[in-house]
Amino acid sequence: MTIYKLNTPVSEEEVRKLGVNDTVYLTGTIVTARDAAHRRALEFHKEGKQLPITLDGLAVFHCGPLVKKEDDGWKVVAAGPTTSSRMDLFEDEFIKNFKVRIVVGKGGMGKKTVDAMKRYGAVYGAFTGGAAVLAAKAIKRVKAVEWSDLGMPEAMWILEVEDFGPLTVAIDAHGNNLFETIQTKVDNEKPAIYRKLGLK
Amino acid sequence: MVSGQVVENVAVKLLQLAVTELPQDVKDALKRAHHEEETQVGKSQLEAILKNVELAEKTRAPMCQDTGVVIFYVKAGSQVEGLDKVETALRNATAKATQEIPLRPNAVDPFTQKNTGDNTGRHVPYIHWEMVPGDTLEITVLPKGGGSENVSALGMLSPSQGIDGLKKFVVDTVINAGAKPCPPTVLGVAVGGGADIAMKLAKEALLKPLNQPNPNPELAKLEQELREAANSTGIGPMGLGGKTTVLDVKVDYAHRHPASYPVAVVVQCWAARRASARIHSDGKVEYLTHKVA
Repeated sequence: MTIYKLNTPVSEEEVRKLGVNDTVYLTGTIVTARDAAHRRALEFHKEGKQLPITLDGLAVFHCGPLVKKEDDGWKVVAAGPTTSSRMDLFEDEFIKNFKVRIVVGKGGMGKKTVDAMKRYGAVYGAFTGGAAVLAAKAIKRVKAVEWSDLGMPEAMWILEVEDFGPLTVAIDAHGNNLFETIQTKVDNEKPAIYRKLGLK
Repeated sequence: MVSGQVVENVAVKLLQLAVTELPQDVKDALKRAHHEEETQVGKSQLEAILKNVELAEKTRAPMCQDTGVVIFYVKAGSQVEGLDKVETALRNATAKATQEIPLRPNAVDPFTQKNTGDNTGRHVPYIHWEMVPGDTLEITVLPKGGGSENVSALGMLSPSQGIDGLKKFVVDTVINAGAKPCPPTVLGVAVGGGADIAMKLAKEALLKPLNQPNPNPELAKLEQELREAANSTGIGPMGLGGKTTVLDVKVDYAHRHPASYPVAVVVQCWAARRASARIHSDGKVEYLTHKVA
């Protein structure tokens, strides 16, 4: 278990050094994207259109932030992670096409994403679900908001962060998946739990 | 005569309290979980949660960006006049709170996918009415997050599966949910009634304080058994492994149709938010879940 402080853009070499259970704090630019923004980004790619920002080496954050409009721009009030498995539909293509190096969310992701992370060099950092004020505190500035027609939660928020974390590396770029390890343990435990409850 | 304006003000306050400050019994349960946690990753998750709860309370910011879909429970004293104004007041309060606190706009049309922007819409906020004797109006707000709602489940079991079937269904629901509902969670469990009644009772069970055991000894025993079973899964805080998967389990029941054995499990994330207040006939407001200066 090592603690890493990384700056974006992160290189492939840097993320390949990370292993599951490591802790990461990120400084630099991260971009929020939920289902709708993932879908649109991939449509843009298919049509050969440029994204509003180059994602190469950046972190994508599965988050629908709660933001407030103030005189000098947007202020992020709360920004915890959302359930990442919904983005399993898109994430392998997203990693492949846009070269994001760190995916931040909660709950982990499926095999297709794990394989893409191994192949193209990316990791999954679990941010404590619901710890939205802690996350907001590390967000220093809203650099821009794109695709706001998707609504506040689904828009693409481009954020400047400082020591954003702790992110627990739960999927590394070598095919290791902490959530899967836990799931296997849980499945192994199941017969004993049933027995204790007097179930067949 | 209850004033619409008072109801609106109280409801805005309740929403603010609910999303920024956990009731003491939930905070205590989280602290206990942190104290008892043995794995390093699990402990670090609970540490982040506690730090976040403290920050939210201090800065009066919503503790989670998913401020939920707003549900109200109203216990209306039969002698209270002006109850026809309550629904409008609660809708206005929800829209106002969305602007002021702010809350995340979470009311989306299922056909057009359009977000109304102010957390009101068809059947949103949902209001559960209960008529009780007396001249007071008790309002409870339950802002319910989506991640935990998505793993809630209804099992229309066969009566022959009975209580064993219930136990298995609850454990399986917890295991299938894994990391998704932001554990450690609170489980509301209800058996009987019918599909709708079981779900309603299970969700309402989330309003019970975590530090009070069920007054029915049989149900208290079942709650303990289910709590221990869920916590022996090892799913742990945020599904990253550890001792505490559920903070508590709350069970309720209704009599059932001879042919049916509905079991409902409503899952609530660690941010088990709720707030209640009682409005007296003289207009005095008493907050029941939070200390209000």
